[in-house]
Amino acid sequence: MDKEKRNTSYNLYVDAKLPKTKAWPSLFKAFLVGGIICAIGQGFFDIYSYFFPNLAESEITTCMLMTIIFITCFLTGLGIYDVVGAWGGAGSVIPITGFSNSISSPSIEFKKEGIIYGICVKMFTIAGPVIVCGVVGSIVCGIVGLFI
Amino acid sequence: MQTIKMKNNAYILNGFSMVGPLEGKGPLGEYFDYVVKDDTLKEKTFEKAERKLLYNIITGAIDKSGLKTTDIDFFIGGDLLNQIVSSSYTARELELPFIGLYSACATMTESLGLSAILVDNNLANNIVAGTCTHFSSAERQYRFPLELGNQRPPTSQWTITGGGACIVSNIPSKIKITAVTFGKVIDFGIADVNNMGAAMAPAACDTIKAHIKNMNTDIKDYDFIATGDLGKLGSEILIDLMEHENIILNKNYADCGCMIYDKTERVFMGGSGAGCSASVLNSYILKKLLNGEFKRVLLVSTGALMSTTTSQQGDTIPGIAHAIELEYVAPQQKKTCSIPTSVKPKSTTKKIKPKDNKATKSTSKRRKTNV
Repeated sequence: MDKEKRNTSYNLYVDAKLPKTKAWPSLFKAFLVGGIICAIGQGFFDIYSYFFPNLAESEITTCMLMTIIFITCFLTGLGIYDVVGAWGGAGSVIPITGFSNSISSPSIEFKKEGIIYGICVKMFTIAGPVIVCGVVGSIVCGIVGLFI
Repeated sequence: MQTIKMKNNAYILNGFSMVGPLEGKGPLGEYFDYVVKDDTLKEKTFEKAERKLLYNIITGAIDKSGLKTTDIDFFIGGDLLNQIVSSSYTARELELPFIGLYSACATMTESLGLSAILVDNNLANNIVAGTCTHFSSAERQYRFPLELGNQRPPTSQWTITGGGACIVSNIPSKIKITAVTFGKVIDFGIADVNNMGAAMAPAACDTIKAHIKNMNTDIKDYDFIATGDLGKLGSEILIDLMEHENIILNKNYADCGCMIYDKTERVFMGGSGAGCSASVLNSYILKKLLNGEFKRVLLVSTGALMSTTTSQQGDTIPGIAHAIELEYVAPQQKKTCSIPTSVKPKSTTKKIKPKDNKATKSTSKRRKTNV
């Protein structure tokens, strides 16, 4: 019991000493990076709709997403995206670029363990939870939607 | 007793340190024996690079001391990778009897302490004690892939690329190992793996307290007290904890993790890893001791003994700290030193000195072509 008391008071003391992340600068950086990524996406969307007017909007969206995903993978490989991510925080994580980075970075990292045990096994170590939660969430929403 | 006092027979002949490019740019850059330009060391994987780094460190320390690999009785050391592979694979190349240790980032003082005990009791003549870490291999084992665009929490630390080794010998030299205190495993209930400084500070406090009590000394008796890798936050906590025990850590205290990086680098709380205290000991501290600038030094390497599995299962982080006390021996005192006839070296200390200098130059030249 004595140890528990000591640990609680030590944890409280450490919590008080922790350096705080400043919210406003982080929010601004995230807004800026996220905004730029979205603006680039919109730019590709506009370019594709200009050059391929016969395509449906959903098809143009798919093309735009593919382009953005490719660019992120490419920048990840060049070692640029992690710098953007470290600066921009959630701004680079929330758009689809974050998802692309979270799949391509373990693939690069674990390539050395081989294609099967390295790339294939480790590819979804970070993105896996997002996929699982997304699928489970959509099932729940689907069931709820049935009764509304 | 927790503290083991040496019987004036364990010396540090010399030390060798080797670090990565980022550490080389830091404030201690000029003190390191060798700074690698490319942190892959031209190897395919970072694990292989870490191994090569450690091999170069060990052979560098042996060369610098003017000894041969055949003169070494044991290689004592460890590293941070699972199953301490870097040390084991290095020992395979060295073909030396190997005692592998793991105390996380406190491995340097642990191996140095055990080496000193073996040498002091005439169980061995020369032992090489060393450890090293690599940022990229530690990162993939403990954290995330390198290229992942995530943000590090402000309390996180940066595992250093680099390490050091020293030769513990019964040949009298300028640096004497006076005592070693093996620490208790102490856990104050910190569960945040990104705040290891706070988890290890209580262990450091306990070990320093025990060492001072057992040696019957005062904190002011030391020219320099260094902790391994508590980082900025951890060392602040340590100062507070020591104050609580009525021990004031003054200007003679510094943390190796804080010393190794420039404030401008994005390393947050500072450096960490087994190589952190190893590289600072074998560069800055040993050089200052050899100069006679420091007369008495206490090095307290600190380690966090968790694994990724235990922390994911919600366990708290146990900390450990081992302390080693080093003393400068003035050259005139050396003549009065009695050397047991059984272990008396062929060369006297006077002869070793010029040899030592030559070895340093040739080593650094050779390393440049090697790496």
